[in-house]
Amino acid sequence: MEGLNEKPLTALMRPDKAALSLAEYERAGGYQALRKALKLAPVEIQRVVKESNLRGRGGAGFNTGMKWSFVPMDSDGTKYLIANADEMEPGTFKDRMLLEGNPHQLIEGMIISAFAIVATEAYIFLRWEYALASERMSKALSEARAKGYLGRDIFSSGFSLDIKLHVSAGRYICGEETALLNALEGRRAVPRAKPPFPQVSGLWGRPTVVNNVETLSNVPHIIANGDEWYRGLSRSKDGGTKIYGVSGKVKRPGLWELPMGTTIGEILEEHAGGMREGLKLRCLIPGGASTEFLTEEHYSVKMDFDSVMEAGSRMGTGTMIAVDDKTCPVGVLRNLEQFFAQESCGWCTPCREGLPWVEKTLSAIEEGRAKPGDLEVLEMHGTSLWIGRTYCALAPGAMEPLRSGLKLFRSDFERHIKEKGCPYKAH
Amino acid sequence: MLSHEEKIEIEEELKGAPFKRAASIDALKVVQRHRGWVDDQGLKDVAVMLEMTPSELDSVATFYNLIFRRPVGSHVILVCNTITCWMMGCDSLLKRLTERLGVPLGATSADGGFTLLPVPCLGACDQSPVMMVDGKLYGGLTPEKVDEVLKEHGWKG
Ligand SMILES: Cc1cc2nc3c(=O)[nH]c(=O)nc-3n(C[C@H](O)[C@H](O)[C@H](O)COP(=O)(O)O)c2cc1C
Ligand code: SF4
Repeated sequence: MEGLNEKPLTALMRPDKAALSLAEYERAGGYQALRKALKLAPVEIQRVVKESNLRGRGGAGFNTGMKWSFVPMDSDGTKYLIANADEMEPGTFKDRMLLEGNPHQLIEGMIISAFAIVATEAYIFLRWEYALASERMSKALSEARAKGYLGRDIFSSGFSLDIKLHVSAGRYICGEETALLNALEGRRAVPRAKPPFPQVSGLWGRPTVVNNVETLSNVPHIIANGDEWYRGLSRSKDGGTKIYGVSGKVKRPGLWELPMGTTIGEILEEHAGGMREGLKLRCLIPGGASTEFLTEEHYSVKMDFDSVMEAGSRMGTGTMIAVDDKTCPVGVLRNLEQFFAQESCGWCTPCREGLPWVEKTLSAIEEGRAKPGDLEVLEMHGTSLWIGRTYCALAPGAMEPLRSGLKLFRSDFERHIKEKGCPYKAH
Repeated sequence: MLSHEEKIEIEEELKGAPFKRAASIDALKVVQRHRGWVDDQGLKDVAVMLEMTPSELDSVATFYNLIFRRPVGSHVILVCNTITCWMMGCDSLLKRLTERLGVPLGATSADGGFTLLPVPCLGACDQSPVMMVDGKLYGGLTPEKVDEVLKEHGWKG
């Protein structure tokens, strides 16, 4: 039987998709991990989480326990924990399910994680468009406060914490953790220079940890069952399960909690049902818009951070976008770069000026107005907006699909240029 | 002048803020909730409460796409035009919407009823193509369903 032992994050969720109430969550064992955690030393929690091989689900895959260990433990004064619920990476919709379906799982994960770094204030940074999640989170927070699970002296442990819900006002860049800090401080959400890293100097200059919603939702299960159990859930080196998703013209778009390291082919064919009748897979973007294209050749690649990296892309958020053979790959890239150009925060020149240039060049090619040298212009940006050339990872992220697309769809680009327009439009 | 309710709500936001400016986005949202958008006078009045200069506050307001610094219609339609929805046919929804409302993307219908805005990925890609009207999500859309949604929100075309 599939249960908490195979799918800890989602097994409890209700089939009607209503949020689990506090009473339902507790009946299934909820908030027991918190009771256990508050009896441990904070550094012990850090150690267990580190050894569980939980890697950040926001996209970069940094070991969570390790990230926490950079927080100074001897400092007095306020420290902060922030749940990143800004989910705006195109093609990504996994945190929405966790927020709407089991808000107390996130709250419990946040209290334990805050205790692990001895943070006494916490925020959930939620995108405005997640209105249903906002309603359900507010309700769950009130329930937890009423029971004394949030507030002063939780379970007579001496540890106090409140969680505030901050509903954002748009812009993809707010999800970048240092831009998020500026947004929470009421400023323009431009990223900050690192170092100093937020763990040392974050919100209002205080030590701060920012973790993704899915990352934090895993924490209660690790504490309840131990690091060995957590590693055992996985089919690869990274611990745990992963919420994978597929969108596009597949038979059954959706989300599935599966062992970390499930192969791309299994997710696409068995869970998403493969492409719709009459369509073939042209390529897939494995983990949100800012990852390199893969193809059917990569069906045997395991979806975990290291394996997808070895295959030349990134697992990112683990929610794939399947592109069918009737969709124009130049059009796909144009749409992606339009998004990135629009969402550039404008802080640094290569990104602010370069992305609109990329977008215009792709539009020209798609619409049959290409000029000689346009492909070279695109290639040049692949270098000048690459890692280390810009202030944050938005621009290199935008270049990941572009660089791989230029290689993979070379003949499509050339056909557009030769035929002065999009050959797929005829369909 | 800020209304009595607006002032009280902004003061409420200020209570939870370690520094006044931390409440700037929430305070702007209060004004927008009451007026539909943030007008120049509203912005100046909020700036006074937050001890910021109006241009400082405006630099924050104009950064965020969901703080409206121009008037919007009674209903705001946000249509996802990012990758999955683009592949799943959001252009046909946008075509229908611009025809029905008689305005291009980014504009408000002549009767002041609807403002039509593009929005990046709404995080509901399994229900694609999707749009949001006044905070409510609609998925699995077709041009025909778009008509129904418009009618649900009082469109009389
Ligand atoms: C442009 C940009 C947008 C991002 N958006 C998000 C987001 O919406 N949610 C998220 O969890 N992480 C996002 N990230 C990653 C965060 O900066 C950060 O790495 C993450 O929240 C850390 O959490 P984790 O260690 O649990 O993965 C984004 C990064 C960049 C560069
Ligand atoms: S890379 Fe782009 S998004 Fe990042 S800081 Fe520079 S301008 Fe802003």
